[in-house]
Amino acid sequence: MLPAMERSPLILRIRWPVRLWHWINALTVFIMLMSGMMIFNAHPRLYWGKFGANFDHAWLEIGNHGAHGYLALGGQEWPTTGVLGFAQGIALAFPPLVTLPSHYNLALARGWHFLGAWTLVASLVCFLLYALLSGHLRRDLGLSREERRPRALLHDIGQHLRLRLPRGEAARHYNPLQKLAYLSVLLAVLPLLIATGLAMSPTMNAALPWLLDGLGGRQSARSIHFLCALAMALFIAVHLAMVVLAGPLNELRAMSTGWYRLPPERKP
Amino acid sequence: MTGFSRRALLAGSGGLLLSGCDRLTTSPTAKSLLSLGEKASRSAQRLVTGQALAPEFSAVDISPVFRVNGNTRPTASAYLAHVERGFADWRLAIDGLVARPLALSLAHLRALPQRTQITRHDCVEGWSAIAQWTGVPLAALLHGAGALPQARYAVFHCADDFSGTPYYESIDLAEALHPQTILAHTMNGQPLSVGHGAPLRLRVERQLGYKQAKYVMRVELVASLDRLYGGKGGYWEDHSGYQWWAGI
Repeated sequence: MLPAMERSPLILRIRWPVRLWHWINALTVFIMLMSGMMIFNAHPRLYWGKFGANFDHAWLEIGNHGAHGYLALGGQEWPTTGVLGFAQGIALAFPPLVTLPSHYNLALARGWHFLGAWTLVASLVCFLLYALLSGHLRRDLGLSREERRPRALLHDIGQHLRLRLPRGEAARHYNPLQKLAYLSVLLAVLPLLIATGLAMSPTMNAALPWLLDGLGGRQSARSIHFLCALAMALFIAVHLAMVVLAGPLNELRAMSTGWYRLPPERKP
Repeated sequence: MTGFSRRALLAGSGGLLLSGCDRLTTSPTAKSLLSLGEKASRSAQRLVTGQALAPEFSAVDISPVFRVNGNTRPTASAYLAHVERGFADWRLAIDGLVARPLALSLAHLRALPQRTQITRHDCVEGWSAIAQWTGVPLAALLHGAGALPQARYAVFHCADDFSGTPYYESIDLAEALHPQTILAHTMNGQPLSVGHGAPLRLRVERQLGYKQAKYVMRVELVASLDRLYGGKGGYWEDHSGYQWWAGI
């Protein structure tokens, strides 16, 4: 144990509305992804355009030939047995391990998906209002003029690829790539998920026909919804990897209590 | 640790986690939460949609092949006899909470004012198909029969069944009186095929596919859905727990 003098400072890094939103989301996003995968299982084919069913061309399909699972994409079939199409002895696109519920039940999955959607939308609206009014969006997530320069971004990408995360004073704030990741989820992926989700509802199509047209039809909306969900899953994977790299206990403390210990500067 | 035992351990712990998860998701508290979500969706959608029309498409948007699903050929002998006679003595019954119960032949239905619309059919599973439908607005029929003030739902009794349980569906009067809600006898300019619900199917264009009852024999107006079959307002609602509100 280092003497107190040499320990780097503990700072209040994350305020309570951000922490609350994070943990509500952590739960909701998993409910959405897992029930969404079960809904996808009901018709594991994706199309572009206004319509699309079994006799139409699917740009992506997850299926099985007997006990062999496959993913068909770009005119080619990739074997995925044990992961997609056929896994755990069950012929479903996504296996029981990752779906909600774990056995095939479209009605229950839809129930969870729509309850989760209400939670997601309500908490997102509250969070966006807070982020705008408190200055969190501008102060903590906005990129400074300096950070926006291509050279600075390239440098940051290089640092991330070498897994050299900011330390000391530099770790007081989010780094540029981190800000971009959060901003794209907050302002692009989540809004697009909600918009495409609404565009799949026949009643909402009557209320908001421009939304349906803007997204290129219901089956396009369904495809974009799936791709955005994939983007969310990738974001979560990278997010968790970064938490582990940056020091999971310190990060978990920061997201639970707000207090974050600045990682000490590297020895020269 | 060998790959096999690691896998077994993973599957084992996964299984524990899953059974825990499933117990949680099917608990009474979870169920009441889920039905709260359904009510929220219904109320919100009703509020923002009002009487707005479902999108209509042009002839070039029609699906080259409109797949049939659900029951594709009812097995009841009475229905098959109607098929054999070209539905010549088939009658649509409109009864329940109406002032004047009706029994209408196909010829009679075709002679009434018609509506033709090119609309999208959205299966709850996720696929969509577009077709042109021609039929009689349900509002005109209910008006003709004189719906009583206590009527709240229109119930569609069908000729098909699943292992002896008849297919039926229901919509509330707001949806039943919507101008695009028709009883269709013609699809893409042809008389409705048996696969698609001959002689008459419901088109309720702001709702999912399982509401589009095929082989409609009788429209009954009721004040409550509680005493019909499983009490949830439709075959799939009773059998598989599908949401009665099929607007999303």
